[in-house]
Amino acid sequence: MDGQKDFRIRDRQIPAQPEFVARDRSVHPPAYTPEYKTTYLRSPQRALLSLQNSLSEITGPLFGHGELGPLDNDLILNYAKDQEPVGPRIIVHGHVLDGDGKGVPHTLVEFWQANAGGRYRHKNDSYVAAIDPNFGGCGRTITDENGYYYFRTIRPGPYPWRNFASSWRPAHIHFSLFGSGFAQRLITQLYFEGDPLIPLDPMIRGIPSERGRESLVALLDMNAQVQLDTLAYRWNIVLRGSRQTLFENKLQGN
Amino acid sequence: MKTQHLHYLPETPSQTAGPYVHIGLIPHQAGFDIFEKNFSNSVVSDGTKGERIRVEGRVIDGAGTPVRDVLVEIWQANAAGRYNHPLDRQEDKAADPTFRGWGRTGGDFQTGIYTFETIKPGAVAGRAGRGVMAPHINFWIVARGINIGLNTRMYFSDETDANARDPVLRMIEHEDRRSTLIGQRSARDGATVYTFDIYLQGERETVFFDV
Ligand SMILES: [Fe+2]
Repeated sequence: MDGQKDFRIRDRQIPAQPEFVARDRSVHPPAYTPEYKTTYLRSPQRALLSLQNSLSEITGPLFGHGELGPLDNDLILNYAKDQEPVGPRIIVHGHVLDGDGKGVPHTLVEFWQANAGGRYRHKNDSYVAAIDPNFGGCGRTITDENGYYYFRTIRPGPYPWRNFASSWRPAHIHFSLFGSGFAQRLITQLYFEGDPLIPLDPMIRGIPSERGRESLVALLDMNAQVQLDTLAYRWNIVLRGSRQTLFENKLQGN
Repeated sequence: MKTQHLHYLPETPSQTAGPYVHIGLIPHQAGFDIFEKNFSNSVVSDGTKGERIRVEGRVIDGAGTPVRDVLVEIWQANAAGRYNHPLDRQEDKAADPTFRGWGRTGGDFQTGIYTFETIKPGAVAGRAGRGVMAPHINFWIVARGINIGLNTRMYFSDETDANARDPVLRMIEHEDRRSTLIGQRSARDGATVYTFDIYLQGERETVFFDV
């Protein structure tokens, strides 16, 4: 981090069981999903080499609340120039959980998205919809001690892309997650309840199970709205769980 | 009759990082500034102990074309071979509070080349404290067209003996594939550079791990 010179670890809770369960690859899209054409040349062809966890996998970068700015989790304000961005105001909130359903505390969550018209603030995006001068489209937060996260943004619009002659992405927000070890690293996307583009989307359709596809859909949460101001969606994210190491040697340095 | 149920939660499915991953993770490369503090490809600070090195390379697709919209992250131990994490209990090795050991960057939009400024890590204890792993840097790669992040490791060309004893390299059955994980050391303009190209497919497909 620019200017940051001290990465001392302060009083972090250490998971009681330090190794992760083997990744269940059947919940994820396979590397090659024919409907999503770009995967054709970017998917490894050989079997992955399975490793038991070592220190290189069970450890990973940790981030302090102090590394973020006060508006980093408010996409309505963090790039606003002379007024607030256009679009439906929403709160997105939920928990980052592990495989046992426990919250993952103090973990970095990053998110990015198109604006209300479906346009990204990115030099490679040339979609005709207008750039919103007051919307950056990215933010980040760190979960609290219970694994809870929240941020405020505007609801993104769908946008077209070249896959089939004109494919359309459902409205979505991209998420990046860390957990406590580098083997938990995950990037995924949030979709919105009721969006009719969801069943047409090649990326969602790459997920093998109905349960898996549904797990990416955030639910409208009227209880969390700001009355007469902002709607809310709730979405939980599950990272890989830890495994029991009963009757095994304790993990430690030499 | 089944009367009890296990209630482990399945992991949330991965989705591609897409072509605009830079907006969220390295917004400067997307073309704008938004955060006061930004993560970067420079992993070292002034006081960091260890040999300064640059690690660079390209990620190459099945047609031999560099993946120019790739995002690459690295995670590594410090010069003594210790990770900056509470689960690393190698108490005989000094911690380095100036060194988090993690960096991220994107491929250059023209050339596809990624670059990290870091230090050469020390050797780390093997699984469950048994044996020693040769010095290595853990890589994680995402991009448009990659449905789930790819994990691999870079080892160092000047660590021939340590590499020959490394428990992970030795697991690779076809010995010629081990070379796909070796960064090649060279000197350039007074800097030490390790070149590490990652091949997603083909004859030289890099060994990727299910970690
Ligand atoms: Fe997107």
